[in-house]
Amino acid sequence: MIYWQIFLAFFIPGIIGYGGGPASIPLVEKEVVDRYGWMDTQEFSEVLALGNSLPGPIATKMAGYIGYAEGGALGAIVGLFGAVAPSLILMIALMAVLFKYKDSREVKNISKVVKPVIAVLIGVMTLDFILTSEAALGGIQTAVLIVVSYLMLEKWKLHPALVIGLALLYGALTGIS
Amino acid sequence: MVKEQGVKSLDLTMAFFRAGMLGFGGGPAVIPILQRDVVERYGWMTDEDYGDTIALANTMPGPIATKLAGYIGYRVAGLRGCLIALAASVIPTVILMILLLGILQNYKDVPWVANMSNAVVPVVAVMLGVLTWNFVQQSEKALGWSRAILLIVVSIVLLEVLGLHPAFLIAALILLVLVPFIKRTVSRK
Repeated sequence: MIYWQIFLAFFIPGIIGYGGGPASIPLVEKEVVDRYGWMDTQEFSEVLALGNSLPGPIATKMAGYIGYAEGGALGAIVGLFGAVAPSLILMIALMAVLFKYKDSREVKNISKVVKPVIAVLIGVMTLDFILTSEAALGGIQTAVLIVVSYLMLEKWKLHPALVIGLALLYGALTGIS
Repeated sequence: MVKEQGVKSLDLTMAFFRAGMLGFGGGPAVIPILQRDVVERYGWMTDEDYGDTIALANTMPGPIATKLAGYIGYRVAGLRGCLIALAASVIPTVILMILLLGILQNYKDVPWVANMSNAVVPVVAVMLGVLTWNFVQQSEKALGWSRAILLIVVSIVLLEVLGLHPAFLIAALILLVLVPFIKRTVSRK
């Protein structure tokens, strides 16, 4: 039963998430946090934080880790299979057909019409994370951390792994009482 | 389609392992790194072929890095290639995740460790905020402001106010786009 749930939790985001792995983040959160309750927003953000500091595809890092946390090694394999197999099989099977219609307006439009929906989903998730942070750290500290990390990531172009590392260090130092 | 090229397993493993370990920012960041190996170093595909593959992979849902790994691996070395390329791009980082998060979980009750995970939430919020803006810009580029904003407002109402599962909305949009296409293609035959 748990394996079926793990499969579904990554199969659904894998099959409707247009825009690569990052687009599937809010869809995975919907299943893992809202539907199955395996994690709260805070724990999910730890997975994302670490996932973003490591290289490689984000969708499979989430699927492998969350699958492992809920169902051990077999859970990790099931999660990975759910995330990867359906869209890959679809792609290999449809490649010949798609190739014929690759310049067709409609085929290109599929991924276009989905983008705004993904934008909304990630936007709502962002808000969720801000509220979670506000509850844990208070409004002032949250605002300062947001402004500083935004400057580091976007203005000074520091490596995401470094910014996450600095945040962890800050958390550790301010947490010693 | 190009037929199987009998590419060495070791070369496949190295190409996708490198792409997986050097690409920060999720699968889309992997695309240019992989291009260097697949097109320039090993010559498994031409630049044009690689470009077409990316374009078509983007018309499909799901993670892009694994679609590329699986498809390119399959094309150059059959099922063996597909599995090797997938394993090489996915497994190393999954193992790192499990090890590192496992350590964090073990010390969860220590107050300063718990505070570490608090401090990381706003940083992730910033990353997601930037990603949101990214998708808004892509929507604008694809559809123009008026249609992009209309779709964004409709999505907010359906998903957040009415609580519809995103799968239904996305499936409905895809059908809306595809039905005229299928009708036209069928009537032409």
